[in-house]
Amino acid sequence: MFGFGILTGLVVLPLVGAAFILLQRGDNAAGLRNIRWAALLTTVVTFLLSLYAWALFDTANPGFQLVEERPWLGAGLVYKMGVDGISMPFVLLTTFLMPFCIAASWDSITHRVKEYMVAFLVLETFMIGVFSALDMVLFYIFFEAGLIPMFLIIGVWGGKRRIYASFKFFLYTLLGSLLMLLAMMAMWGVAGTTDITKLLATSFPPSMQKWLWLAFFASFAVKMPMWPVHTWLPDAHVEAPTAGSVILAGILLKMGGYGFLRFSLPMFPEASQYFAPLVWTLSVIAIVYTSLVAMVQEDMKKLIAYSSVAHMGFVTMGLFAMNTQGVQGAVFQMISHGLVSGALFLCVGVVYDRLHTRDIAAYGGLVRVMPMYAVAFMVFTMANVGLPGTSGFVGEFLSLLGAFRASPWVALFATLGVILSAAYALYLYRRVVFGPLEKPALAGMTDLSPREIALLAPLAVLVIWYGVQPGAILNASAASIELLIKNYDAALAVTKSAVLAIQ
Amino acid sequence: MYTAIVFLPLLGFLIAGVFGRQIGARPAEIITTTLLFIAAALSWVAFFQVGYGQTKMLVPVLGEWIVSGGLRIDWALRIDTLTVVMLVVVNSVSALVHLYSIGYMHEDPHRPRFFAYLSLFTFAMLMLVTSDNLVQMFFGWEGVGLASYLLIGFWYEKPSANAAAIKAFVVNRVGDFGFALGIFLVFVLTGSVAFDQVFAAASGLANKPLHIFGMNIDAMTLVCLLLFMGAMGKSAQFLLHTWLPDAMEGPTPVSALIHAATMVTAGVFMVARLSPLFEQAPAAMSVIVVIGATTAFFAATVGLVQNDIKRVIAYSTCSQLGYMFVALGVGGYSLAVFHLFTHAFFKALLFLGAGSVIHAMHHEQDMRNMGGLAKKIPITFWMMTIGTFALTGLPLTAGFFSKDAIIEAAFASQRPGAVYAFILTAIAAGLTSFYSWRLVFLTFFGEPRWAGHGAGHGASHGAAHGEAHAHAGHGHDDHAHGAHGHGHGHHVEPHESPAVMLIPLFVLAFGAIFAGLAFKDVFIGDAGSAFWKDSLFYGPQNTILKDFHYVPAAVPFVATVMMLIGFLVSGWMYIVRPGSADQLAKRHSLLYRFFLNKWYFDELYNLIFVRPSFWLGRLFWKGGDGKIIDGLGPDGVSARVMDAAGRVVRLQTGYVYHYAFAMLLGLAAIITWYLLGGVR
Repeated sequence: MFGFGILTGLVVLPLVGAAFILLQRGDNAAGLRNIRWAALLTTVVTFLLSLYAWALFDTANPGFQLVEERPWLGAGLVYKMGVDGISMPFVLLTTFLMPFCIAASWDSITHRVKEYMVAFLVLETFMIGVFSALDMVLFYIFFEAGLIPMFLIIGVWGGKRRIYASFKFFLYTLLGSLLMLLAMMAMWGVAGTTDITKLLATSFPPSMQKWLWLAFFASFAVKMPMWPVHTWLPDAHVEAPTAGSVILAGILLKMGGYGFLRFSLPMFPEASQYFAPLVWTLSVIAIVYTSLVAMVQEDMKKLIAYSSVAHMGFVTMGLFAMNTQGVQGAVFQMISHGLVSGALFLCVGVVYDRLHTRDIAAYGGLVRVMPMYAVAFMVFTMANVGLPGTSGFVGEFLSLLGAFRASPWVALFATLGVILSAAYALYLYRRVVFGPLEKPALAGMTDLSPREIALLAPLAVLVIWYGVQPGAILNASAASIELLIKNYDAALAVTKSAVLAIQ
Repeated sequence: MYTAIVFLPLLGFLIAGVFGRQIGARPAEIITTTLLFIAAALSWVAFFQVGYGQTKMLVPVLGEWIVSGGLRIDWALRIDTLTVVMLVVVNSVSALVHLYSIGYMHEDPHRPRFFAYLSLFTFAMLMLVTSDNLVQMFFGWEGVGLASYLLIGFWYEKPSANAAAIKAFVVNRVGDFGFALGIFLVFVLTGSVAFDQVFAAASGLANKPLHIFGMNIDAMTLVCLLLFMGAMGKSAQFLLHTWLPDAMEGPTPVSALIHAATMVTAGVFMVARLSPLFEQAPAAMSVIVVIGATTAFFAATVGLVQNDIKRVIAYSTCSQLGYMFVALGVGGYSLAVFHLFTHAFFKALLFLGAGSVIHAMHHEQDMRNMGGLAKKIPITFWMMTIGTFALTGLPLTAGFFSKDAIIEAAFASQRPGAVYAFILTAIAAGLTSFYSWRLVFLTFFGEPRWAGHGAGHGASHGAAHGEAHAHAGHGHDDHAHGAHGHGHGHHVEPHESPAVMLIPLFVLAFGAIFAGLAFKDVFIGDAGSAFWKDSLFYGPQNTILKDFHYVPAAVPFVATVMMLIGFLVSGWMYIVRPGSADQLAKRHSLLYRFFLNKWYFDELYNLIFVRPSFWLGRLFWKGGDGKIIDGLGPDGVSARVMDAAGRVVRLQTGYVYHYAFAMLLGLAAIITWYLLGGVR
C-alpha cells in the first residue's frame, strides 16, 4: 500500500476513516448516519485487512514478520513495524472489537457524534501501533498517545463524575509512563539503539536491569492494573460510556501484559526472576482482595471492573511463572478476557440504555421480560467464572498450572479466586436477572434488539468456540513464547555460570 | 455408537434450548425424551458388549483440546466397564426422569427450558464418565455443576431457590478448588493428565516424599487428598454437604436425577476411576473411610427429624453416599460402584414417588400435613414402599446386596478407621430404616391431616403443633416452610398421578427389586474380574473383595437386625403410639434441635465464611481502596496539586490547569534528567 506494508495500512486506515468523518456535517440526521456508517465501515475494513495479515502470518516462525522499516526524523530514530506470535493475537483482538464498539454506540451516543467516532478511530490507530511497533520510541509514542483519546472519551462522553475519573486515569498512567520514558532513555544510552529487535539481543548489566525493570513495571503495573495501583480502573469504567469500557477492559488493559512480554521478561531476565516473587504476591493479593471487593459492589460496572483486576492478576501470575503453560495461559487469558469482559460491559450497556442506571438494586427478575438477554448474560457470566467449555477456563487453568509449577503456594492462594469468582458473579446474576419482577420500571423493558443480538451473538459463539477449541490462539503464540522462554532460561543460565566462575 | 450415546443429549439440549420457543413445549419434550431413550437403549447395548464381552477398553479420540508445551489434553471417550456401568445408570435414570417430567411439569410455562437443562445435565455427566483425562473430567464435573445450578434455580422467582442454587455452585467450587490443585500436582509429578500415563506413573510414585507447602508429605497421599476434596464437594460428604439438602428447592424430577441418582455419585465414580492412584495412598484411604462413615451417620441422624418429605430423602442420599465412600476407602471399589448402581434405582424411585405424592397434594411437601394417603394414591404408595424396602435392605432387594456388602467389608478391612466405619454404618443402617419407615408411616398411614384443620384433631394434630412450636421456639427459619405453606387450609383432594409419571416408577421399582439379584455376581461376585477387567485397579495387598465373603456369620446378620429394629421402633412411634415421637422430642429437646438444625452447620459456615467474606470485602473496598490507596494516592496528590496550582499560578480553579501543571512537572523532570545526562 503506497510502498508501505500491511501493518502501516492497519495503522493508517482508521485515520483515513477519521479524516473522512471530519469532513461530514454532524448537525443533521443524514450526516449523523453517514458518520456512523463510515466509522463502522472503517473498522470492519480494518478488521478484514487484519485477517489478511493473519493469513500471511506464519505461526511456525517465532520471529518478527511483516516487518517494515524506514528512517524517521533523521537522527537514528526509525519507523519499524512488525508482529510476532505474541503481538499478532492482540492486533486481531483490537481490530475485532472495534466494530463492536462503534455498533454499541449507535444509539446511545447522541451528542458530538462526529468527535466521538473520530476519537475511537484515532484510538484504534494507536492501539494497533502499540502492538506492532518494533521501535522503542515508536512504541512509547503510541503507548502514550492512546491515553489522549481515552481521556477524552471518558471526560466528554462519560457519566456524572467523569472529570474525576478521567483525571485519576490520567494521573496514574502518566506517572507510570514517565518512569518508563526515563528507563528507555537509559537503555538507549547502553545499547545505542531503540530498535526492539536489537534491544532483545542486548544484555543489560544485572544491577541496571533492576532499575530498568522497576521503571517499566511502574508503567505496566498501572496499565494492567495490578494491586495496589488499580483504583483508577473502577472509576474509569463506571464513568466511561459502554464502548469506552469495552476498549478499556478489552484492549488497553492488555497493553500492560504485552509490555511485560515485550520488554520486561525478555530484556531484563535477571531482574524479572529477582522480582517474580513480588509480582506473584501482588497478583495473589489482587485475585483475592479484588474478588472480595467485587462481592460487595452495588454498581454493575464497578463489580465487573473489580473482577477484571482479579482476572489480570491471573495474567501477571502466569507471565512471571515463566514456563510454557504459564505464559501461554496468560496470553490466552488476556485474549479471552478481552472478549468476555468486553461482552459483559456490552451486557451492562444493554440495560443501561433502557433504564439509565447501573445500580444493581434497581434491577431484578429481568429474565421474565428479557429471556434472550438472560441467556447471553449467563454465557458471559460463566465464562467470567472460568467454567470449562468457555474460553475463560483455558486461560485460568493454564496460568494456574504454570504458577503451580513455579510456586505451589502462589497457585494455592490464586485458586481461591476460583471460589470467589463464582460467588460474586453468580450473586450479581441473581440480583439482576433472577428473582421476582417487582419494580414497575422494569416491566416495560424490551428484549435484545436485532442490533444487540448482532453484537452479543458473535462474542458468545467465540467464547464457547475458544473454550472447546483454543488451539487457534494457543498455536499462534506457541512458537514465539517457546523462543521467549528459551532465551530467558539461557540468559539466566549465563548469569548463573558467571556467578559460579567468580566464586 | 459411543459418540451417539454422549452427544444425543447435547443435541436434545440444543434443539430444546435454542428452538424451544419456536417449536413449542410439547415437541421439545418429545424430542429430548426420545433422544434420551435412544441413548439409554444404546447404553444397555454397550453395557452388555463391554461388560460381558471381550473388549477391554476403547478410547476414540474426538479431537485435541488444550496443547501447551508438555501438556496435552484431548477430547476423548474412554469406554471400559466402569464407564458403561455409569452410562447405563445416567442414561436410564435420565430417560425415565425426562418421561416423568412430562407429567410432573405439565403446568409449568417454561418446559422447553426445563427439558433443555435436563439434557444439558445428562450430556455433562456423560462427558464426565467417559473422560480419558483429568481435565475433561473436570469439564464434565463443572458442567454438571452448572446444570445443577440452573435446575435448582429453575423457579427463579423464589429467593430460596436462588440462594440454594448459588450455594450449590459455590460449595461445589470449594471442592473443585482441591480438585484443580490435585490436577496441577498430578501434572507436576507425572508430566501428564491423561489417565494412561498417570496410572502408569502412579506405582513409581508410591511412598515418595514431597516437600510442598512448607511440609514434607507423601506425594500420593497429598494428590489423593486434594482430588478427594473435589469428590467431597460433588458427593456432598461431611463438611461439604450443606448444599445438598438445600438443592431440594429444585423441581422434584431434578432432585431424583441430579441430587440422588447421578451427579452426586460423580465423586464415587472419580475415586473408582482413579483407583490406581488411591491404591498408592493408604493414608488418604483412611481419611475417605472416616469421612464416609461420618457422613453416613451424620446424615442419618439429621434425616430422623426432618419434616419435609424431600429433605428426608435428601439426607438419606447423603448418608448412602457415605456408605459408598466407606466402600471405596476400604478398597472395595466394585462394592461402591455396585451400591451406586442399585442406589440409583431405588433412590430415583423414592424421589419420583415423593414427587408423585407432592403432585397429588398440590405441591405440599410437609409430611405433617399428609397422612392416610395409602388409600388415595395406592400405586404411589406401593412404589414408595418398594423403594423403602430396597433402601433399608430387605433381603433379596437391591439394597440388601449392596449395602450389606459394604458393612461386611468395613468389618473385614484392616485399614485404620475401618472399625469406626463398621460401627457407624451399622448404626446408620438402623437409623435409615427408622426414618424411611417414618416417612412412609407419616405420609401414607394414620389420620389424614390435609383435609383442613377440622378433620385432623387429636394426636396427629398435636404432633404437628408440637413440632411447629419447637421450630418457632428457637427462631430458626426453615426455607421449605415459608415456600410451601400454601396448599394449607383450602380444600385438597389427593389424586393419583397420570400414567406418564407412573410408568417410570414401575421401571425403577423393577430395578429396585431385581438389580441387586441380577447383577450381584458380575459386580461383586466371582464373575467380577471378568466383568470389570482392568477398569478398576487393586493393589497386590488389597484382598477386600475376597475377605468380605468370609466374615463371621453374625456380621451380615447385624445389618438385617438393625433394619428390623428401625422398622419396629418406627412402627411403634408412628402407628401404635402416635404422639410418642413428640414426647421424645420434648424430653430430649436439645438433641432434637441439634438434629433438626443439621448440627448447625449452616449457621457455623455463615459465621466463619460467608459473613467475614462480605465484611472483608467491604473493609477492603471502603478502607483499603477508598481511604488508604486513593487517600494517599491520586486523591491526596490531586489535592496537593490543586493547592499548589491555586497558590502558585493563581488562575481560576479548573481541572485543565491541574492537567497542564502535571504535564509541566513531568516535562521539567525529563529535561532535568536529560540535562544531567548530557553533562555527564
